[in-house]
Amino acid sequence: MTAGGDAPGGREPGVPGPAGAQPDAPGPAGRATGGPAAAGPRPAGNDPGAAAPVTGPPGPASQPATPPGADVGTSPAGTVTPVLALEHAAKSFGAVRAVVDGTIELLPGEAHALVGENGAGKSTVVKILAGVHQPDSGSLLIDGQPVTLHGPADAQDAGIAVIYQEPTLFPDLSIAENIFMGRQPLVAGRRIDRRRMHAETAQLFTRLGVRLDPGRISRGLSIADQQIVEIAKALSLDARVIVMDEPTAALSAAEVARLFEVVRTLRAAGAAVLFISHRLEEVFEICQRVTVMRDGRHVLTSELAGLTADDLVRAMVGRQMEERTAGERATPGDRVLLVEHLTREGVFTDISLEVRAGEIVALAGLVGSGRSEVARAVFGIDRYDAGRVVMRGRELRRASPTAAMAAGIGFVPEDRRQQGLVMDMSVQQNVALASLSRLRRGGLIRSAAERAFAADWAVRLNLKYGQLIDPVSRLSGGNQQKVVLAKWLGRSPALLIVDEPTRGIDIATKAEVHRLLARLAQDGVAILMISSELPEVLLVGDRILVMREGRLTAEFGHAGASEEKIMAAATGQLSEQAS
Amino acid sequence: MTTAVTQRQEPAGAPPGAGSRRLTERVFRIRESGIIAVLLVFVAVTTSIQPSFLNEQNLQFLLINTTVFALLALGETMVVVSRNVDLSIGSVLGLSAYVSASLFGPHPGIPVPVVFLVGLGIGLACGIGNGLMVAIGRVPSLVVTLATLYIIRGIDILVVGGNEVVAQSLPNSFTNIPRATVLGIPYLAIAIAVVIGVGAYYLRSFRSGRELYAIGSNPEAARLAGIPVGRRVLVAFTVSGGIAGLAGVLWAAQYQTIDSTAGTGYELTVISAVVVGGVAIFGGSGSAVGAAIGALLLSSINSALNVLGISSLWLEAISGFLLLVAITLDRVISVRLQAALRRRSAGVGT
Repeated sequence: MTAGGDAPGGREPGVPGPAGAQPDAPGPAGRATGGPAAAGPRPAGNDPGAAAPVTGPPGPASQPATPPGADVGTSPAGTVTPVLALEHAAKSFGAVRAVVDGTIELLPGEAHALVGENGAGKSTVVKILAGVHQPDSGSLLIDGQPVTLHGPADAQDAGIAVIYQEPTLFPDLSIAENIFMGRQPLVAGRRIDRRRMHAETAQLFTRLGVRLDPGRISRGLSIADQQIVEIAKALSLDARVIVMDEPTAALSAAEVARLFEVVRTLRAAGAAVLFISHRLEEVFEICQRVTVMRDGRHVLTSELAGLTADDLVRAMVGRQMEERTAGERATPGDRVLLVEHLTREGVFTDISLEVRAGEIVALAGLVGSGRSEVARAVFGIDRYDAGRVVMRGRELRRASPTAAMAAGIGFVPEDRRQQGLVMDMSVQQNVALASLSRLRRGGLIRSAAERAFAADWAVRLNLKYGQLIDPVSRLSGGNQQKVVLAKWLGRSPALLIVDEPTRGIDIATKAEVHRLLARLAQDGVAILMISSELPEVLLVGDRILVMREGRLTAEFGHAGASEEKIMAAATGQLSEQAS
Repeated sequence: MTTAVTQRQEPAGAPPGAGSRRLTERVFRIRESGIIAVLLVFVAVTTSIQPSFLNEQNLQFLLINTTVFALLALGETMVVVSRNVDLSIGSVLGLSAYVSASLFGPHPGIPVPVVFLVGLGIGLACGIGNGLMVAIGRVPSLVVTLATLYIIRGIDILVVGGNEVVAQSLPNSFTNIPRATVLGIPYLAIAIAVVIGVGAYYLRSFRSGRELYAIGSNPEAARLAGIPVGRRVLVAFTVSGGIAGLAGVLWAAQYQTIDSTAGTGYELTVISAVVVGGVAIFGGSGSAVGAAIGALLLSSINSALNVLGISSLWLEAISGFLLLVAITLDRVISVRLQAALRRRSAGVGT
């Protein structure tokens, strides 16, 4: 361990914290961040006045989609050709317009931040730059020359390396092969030079300050280690443009510090780094310029030096923050769900929790920390090795979704396309799917009853659709999610488990889903919500549990929680203070 | 690093004195070790019951019987490793066997290499057809090759009609191919062993070979890594088809009586051999050598049942049972390994 893995208490400048912290002291890049500061206009609970109404982005660059170059006052931009420029790119997936105006410009030697809320279109822009998606319109310039990337190989050849948000490794292959796949060093006769490949991998890891065995099969690596492998892969490309989509999400403070050193080295060598992060103080620490996106549109591009975190948040959000007033919070009633010492070997360990009627319990943590697996075990999809699940005083049979449903549990899974919906079936069939026993007569489903049932829920949830008999795949993501919710609400569940209920949903619908969850809680439904979005966790959760690597590491009441505390518990820093 | 791997800091060429734990781990990691152990135990048990199992004649017979299967297993391995499957090889073999061997009737003097080229050509054409439909048509390979299994067999039946090639029409230079030996070992077995060695080496040490594993391990990641997925899959099917074509000619030389049923059901035997040999059925791992050993094991079972005087009626049931055992073992080992790795990376650090 070169760097502090065994000293979790060691906080240092640059420790990742919550987005929105540090609203004061706008400064040049590389400034140190101090201790926990008051959160910015995030709904941290007791300060509704902090939510500033937005009147257009501040600062020198107030025009959306400013022409490249014009928004940068300093000398280099006027003369230097951008390494890469994406101009007014648009990309739709079916009815969903993921990116309407994707505009970004990277200068050699700069670290450029791309920020925006989830669903703002950042990841789609990344995939356009990676050659994965071809934009419907707009242009991509490399060194001022228009290019078309037909696939990821083209992007690599053009010198663009991408670190994806979710690691994309080959589990059966060694770490070294993962890094050098398709570009393995060769010896005479075009054979792979395994020894050199391992040596070069070891060098990359030395540069990153981590110790991993290059020959190890990558199956079973922790999320953080997988992310390290991805970073090493991008470094090995010697790319001129390096896109990092939330590279720090799973990393510890020491690893983040290492990564930033590497970013500085890359910049010094003239490469451009596109840095995507939700942690704004990281953005201020490492980047020189920033581009903000909102609802698929470019909002502003500017030097960071003149901006504050507040300015960025306002540009990202572009509206009043959602609030959940104290009056909307129901008083928790009887215990509905009790989970005791639930363990599934190698996946999660000794999970105990309870959810009361009218209470929304948010389960936070990093992707891969075992949250979804716990939910799946509670609902009986996966087995567990020890512990028990008690629903309204009755112990549930293991591994039986039927028993869970009969006991009054509804489950809205993380992946609605694969697990939540039958995409080729109609809207009404999907809504009715979990309530068929009530809609049939003599073993046959009554189509009229099904239609009435679905139409009723469509109105209640404000579902936007063409016809109830259209395939559900035609709806937008947010409306698809409403269909999944309707499917379970139709059964009047006592406990609703929702896994990432607003992933990939536009902001307006997201707020609707939040209000809906609050209303259900008021009606006495117990809700267990898994979410990776800290603002959502803080906004919706009455109680917040944090998981890390398969264990519950912290519990916060609604008032005592902050993004920083949750993040610390989720990444294992400050593990003593938590809980 | 929170998830330390302190004890795993060894370069690839680790010194031999690294301790017994390392050694067992290494053996554990070689997927073929299980199947080799099963083969050795099987041979030992059979020989102790019936020593004639290991006499020269029986061993020669065993090797010759294995060659066609082992060759087919090489092609199938390339396909399976990329998370695909080729079910058409039995039909390709049948068509190639009949068409190539029937050339000797009207053209008794035709050079043997030309006959092999014809068989190879038939196989390549079938393989390219399969590959194009999978790679470009994006149809699942199970569906495509299930269809071509019947289509090619249908063509075979049309071509053969009620005829058959009989041994008398085949020249000695052709029928002697499986019989020639050096130091008691059939030439053909040596040649096939070399071919399999080359194939295994290709899969292990060349970029395009490794990319097949990458595609099988995580197709989406392979695309993101810029691997030409379609082209690689096309090549795998083409090679598998070509090999099935060649195997058809060898089959004709070996059995000498060829009608429209030649090679029926071979695809499943070969896939069994591949899976028994440690190639993961969902792609990403396994080797051509393992698959060849799998073929050898299945042939040995066949031969042992003969030698032991057990009715060959038992053969299918027993090979099916062994297949189940092998797949279960494979699954158990990989689950254990995964859990062990996870525990190790979770246990350290904090």
